[in-house]
Amino acid sequence: MEEAIKMTQTEELKPPVTSVGVIGWAKNNLFNGWFNSILTIVTLFMLWKIIPPLFQWAFIDSVWHTTGKACRGIDGACWSIIPTNLRFIIFGFFPYESQWRPLLAMFILFGLLFYSRNRKHWTKYLGYGWIVGLFAMGLLMMGGLFGLTSVESTKWGGLPLTLLLSVFGLTAAYPLGVILALGRQSKMRGVKWLCVLYIELIRGVPLISLLFMSSIIFPLFLPEGITFNKILRAQVAIILFTGAYIAEVVRGGLQGMSRGQYEAAESMGLNYYLTMRLVILPQALKIVIPPTVSILISAFKDTSLVVIIALWDLLKTTQSVLSNPEWMGFSREAYIFIAILYFLGCFSMSNYSRKLEKELSAGEQQ
Amino acid sequence: MNKELSKKAEKKTSDDAMIEITDMHKWFGDFHVLQGINLTVQKKERIVICGPSGSGKSTLIRCINRLEEHQKGHIIVDGIELMNNIKNIEKIRAEVGMVFQHFNLFPHLTIVENLTLGPIWVRKVPKFEAEETAMFNLEKVHIAEQAQKYPGQLSGGQQQRVAIARSLCMNPKIMLFDEPTSALDPEMIKEVLDVMIDLAQEGMTMIVVSHEMGFAKSVAHKVLFMDFGQIVEGNTPEEFFENPQHDRTKLFLSQILH
Repeated sequence: MEEAIKMTQTEELKPPVTSVGVIGWAKNNLFNGWFNSILTIVTLFMLWKIIPPLFQWAFIDSVWHTTGKACRGIDGACWSIIPTNLRFIIFGFFPYESQWRPLLAMFILFGLLFYSRNRKHWTKYLGYGWIVGLFAMGLLMMGGLFGLTSVESTKWGGLPLTLLLSVFGLTAAYPLGVILALGRQSKMRGVKWLCVLYIELIRGVPLISLLFMSSIIFPLFLPEGITFNKILRAQVAIILFTGAYIAEVVRGGLQGMSRGQYEAAESMGLNYYLTMRLVILPQALKIVIPPTVSILISAFKDTSLVVIIALWDLLKTTQSVLSNPEWMGFSREAYIFIAILYFLGCFSMSNYSRKLEKELSAGEQQ
Repeated sequence: MNKELSKKAEKKTSDDAMIEITDMHKWFGDFHVLQGINLTVQKKERIVICGPSGSGKSTLIRCINRLEEHQKGHIIVDGIELMNNIKNIEKIRAEVGMVFQHFNLFPHLTIVENLTLGPIWVRKVPKFEAEETAMFNLEKVHIAEQAQKYPGQLSGGQQQRVAIARSLCMNPKIMLFDEPTSALDPEMIKEVLDVMIDLAQEGMTMIVVSHEMGFAKSVAHKVLFMDFGQIVEGNTPEEFFENPQHDRTKLFLSQILH
């Protein structure tokens, strides 16, 4: 009897031919129904209109190694603007002969970030690695020790500055946001209202105004002779701003946790700190990975706003190349180049978040 | 549930009292949930509390490990009175195991991590020792082979047995069960009750909120009936089921025992 039941269950039934293979896929995804068929045809037509000319412009009619003057005569893209000005776009006013230093610092940073991708590597040695790495990066950028000439931070610019503002901005904003979110949930009235006030105040003003305040208004309150580094002030403004947004996202995650999880942890005798650290936050933060990464990505792009307080980040160095009469007018090429750099940054962030999400939810689907 | 347990009515001194509740009141806002509860639970005593929903049974046992705060009266657990003193509360909670209706396992941790969390962080037990205890308790609830899985991969009955094992890992003096089987499919109820019967045979002090009357009959020393925030009646299971004193008890029993 049991045998018979098993037999009927395992008997294989092949799907109809029209639903598999390339034709089946096209039929299911592109041409199911008249409306989708029209959409598909219109899309194909537009692609045919757009892609070939774009390809022609970017790769066939383009020039890669000429002067600005030579570019004037041609129809295609003048990519020459990139290699010719690459070092200024990337490093800004950093002394020309010392530009290997920010380059090396960036390599250290990328190396550490890449190695930290794998959660199995998250040991205390990686922590030491980061400390040593940060120290080395700081040394390379500032100099003044071990025979490296000292470089003023006012000369920092380009990609290293963008990375500095975003990597440290985001890593500092995240814990700040978590603490604010916990504070907002606190039973202590004072703490709670302080956090609410902070979050609402910061979210109520644009980042630009915070940057202006940090660079123009804040120094007015300082006693004469005391100044803070301009980059540091912008950095703090970015951290404060991003932290408030992260706090609200994390709060959403905390509210999504069931009362039972708190109760189970508390009934074991775990105190508030341990309950949060071991039970609530690991789950809540995992839930909010997608919106958190959205905020981090937009914060990464927002670092380009420091242009308005005259910091020479990647966007600003590019713009100043474009204001050089020789290269004026080739803004398309230049902006496409830095757009690709920004895209790489954002895409790797969202890619990593997807990977992390997948790893963390492995095995625990309800 | 066919195993009859010896239920000797031993004479006990008040030194043996594990839990003493005197004239305890609790309000939710204006709603008077618990209205003057008096209850003494001796060491190794097993009590089953039943009653209609909203009668305050869950609230009563949640007051014992202070998941809820009472506003009037006294609760003394293992010689320590529950007051607004945080240090005391965590100490008491570590001694009082609690099993919930919805299991409340930690979904982001494996079964064995669920079991070792409390011992490692609250009792400061070394990891390998905590894992040994965890495996021992998983054996006890017949589920050791699932140790490396996540709660979401287990059935409800298995999850509830893990939850019981998790409480046992803290080596509690009392176990509280808050309707442990009412969120389970019928065919899983027995596996959980069997584990609870095993526990009872080992002499665990237990307070069980449950409508499993068979369980009450075979295991409990005392069955309490609660209604409208009061303990209406408390008696040995024989007396309670054969000879209920109050009309409300009779009505309730007639409704659940068809």
